[in-house]
Amino acid sequence: MLLVELTVAALTLGGLYALIAMGLTLQYGVARIMNLAHGEFMVAAAFLAYWLVTGLGLHPLLALAVALPVGFLLQWLVYQALLTPLVRRAVSPAALEVDSILATFGLLFIVQGIVLVGFGGGYYSYSYLAFPVNVLGTPVSANRLLAAGVALVIGLAIYGVLVKSRWGTAMRAMAGAPRFAHLVGINPQAMAAFAFALGGSLVVGAGTLVSMFLPFSASMGVTFTMKALVIVIMGGVGNLMGCILAALLLGVVETLVSRFVDPGLTLAATFAIFLLVLLLRPQGLFGRAGR
Amino acid sequence: MMERINLGAWVVAAVLVMMAVLPIVAPGDYLLSYGINLLQYGTLATAWALFSGPTRYISLATTAFFGIGAYTVAVLGEVLPWPAILLVALLIGSLVAFVVGLSTLRLSGVHFVIFTFGLSELIRQLVTWYEVNVTKSIGRYIFTDISMRQIYWQLLALLALALLIGWLIRRSRLGLALRVIGEDEVVARHLGINTTRVKVLLFVVSAAFMTLVGAVMSPRWTYIDPAIVFNPSLSFQVLIMSLLGGAGQLLGPLAGVIPLTALFEYLSGRFPNYFSVLLGVTFLVIVYLVPNGVIERLRSVFRRRPVALEQKGSV
Repeated sequence: MLLVELTVAALTLGGLYALIAMGLTLQYGVARIMNLAHGEFMVAAAFLAYWLVTGLGLHPLLALAVALPVGFLLQWLVYQALLTPLVRRAVSPAALEVDSILATFGLLFIVQGIVLVGFGGGYYSYSYLAFPVNVLGTPVSANRLLAAGVALVIGLAIYGVLVKSRWGTAMRAMAGAPRFAHLVGINPQAMAAFAFALGGSLVVGAGTLVSMFLPFSASMGVTFTMKALVIVIMGGVGNLMGCILAALLLGVVETLVSRFVDPGLTLAATFAIFLLVLLLRPQGLFGRAGR
Repeated sequence: MMERINLGAWVVAAVLVMMAVLPIVAPGDYLLSYGINLLQYGTLATAWALFSGPTRYISLATTAFFGIGAYTVAVLGEVLPWPAILLVALLIGSLVAFVVGLSTLRLSGVHFVIFTFGLSELIRQLVTWYEVNVTKSIGRYIFTDISMRQIYWQLLALLALALLIGWLIRRSRLGLALRVIGEDEVVARHLGINTTRVKVLLFVVSAAFMTLVGAVMSPRWTYIDPAIVFNPSLSFQVLIMSLLGGAGQLLGPLAGVIPLTALFEYLSGRFPNYFSVLLGVTFLVIVYLVPNGVIERLRSVFRRRPVALEQKGSV
């Protein structure tokens, strides 16, 4: 049935985008770093998973369990080593934004370059759960279902933690009023590093999921960064629920465009939405900014 | 002060004239091709800084306009005479820049960066889609009888024109308006400056030069496809060159173009596989060590008292 097929495709894509965009909104909304290398880290994670699964014979889900903490640690180090000097020298939030954009450009090329040196420019994939499962009478590939499920579980878990826990409240306080966070006993530097690393961990998780069901290449990171940025702006910077909803919306739009119009025009569709949102509702589709 | 400006202008003019006669005095394919490279980046970076220097909007749309220029030549190459092609390219590039500028220059800094970041990718995908679905072939061949020397001279003329326009703008009310926008856009609006009009105008001028560079450069390839002419690293290279030299000064971008063209030429020849990594490292080194550009840095070294106000807010 067409409806089931489209729903599963949209949910998988949307769930994946939600993870990537939540990572970015944590990095941009809380840590104030506009990370343009975000998608490159996702691609690097996909290649890491490829190596763990085909090289070391690890189970893909185990690879995911390895990737999450490794990603967290790596991104924490990136923040401490590369971005802290920029935060220190920034005279205003706008200056930090520009500096972080420039620095992460550099990072983008370095990460992409390392992947290119290691694997070349071709497409890679490995076979995992590559059999159809029957969903309401429609065959759907099992790896897609699993990726969608895992993405939604991780996404909702992070959302729950950020909304319910005291520590999540502190992080949201940082997003809402960065200059006053230290007045209520939050250590802004440590919290920013933590948020950045958590965001990095999410994108690494997303990369591992991508490797399970999509062919990936070294050069596709930029497109994912673009889409994540569109979602973050659509959802309202720092607004996690808005981010998840916008990701699902983008998943639906892309699925419909690629199914009924042309697969080559999905980015054009994304971009059209982006422009409309920027012009009509620059604060995001869902409520006020800085939730 | 006036005399210093005039002296500088004479020196620049003299260098340009020397460069113009160089291919006649010292013929040689390697030198010529190196000169073309230098002029290409020089013109692109100068054009980039025309808009982005004073307004401090970081544009990554360079490759979009460059590609539009190159594609115009590829499509019209055998239909129209060369000057007419350049005119058409100029019109298309300016029109796209006008529409893009009008719809996006009200955006705040980061949103604008991201928009231009995606614009090139979008145009590339649209052109690819059009070629695949309508013309049924992804690439195009370019047949023109433009020689390497002619490319060199055309680029040199474009560079001279870009410098002249930049110089004239700096001395005009428009230049003053732009500098106020760069310092503080709200203040600029309160002073009665129509910020959107000024920004769009400059964006169009800057994009027109980029489009022409793309058109002039295209005969160097005999075959083009969207991936070649809409190559995103071009935008980054131009950006980093301008930043290294300092986008705030008219001649700043050129100060970055000269060493970096040599460096990139060397790196891509010597370490073709590691080019991307090395490009990234170069980028980081420049952002961390010379955030305001070399010219600004030299100035602060030579000046006794550092001027704190001017240091704030890099491009």
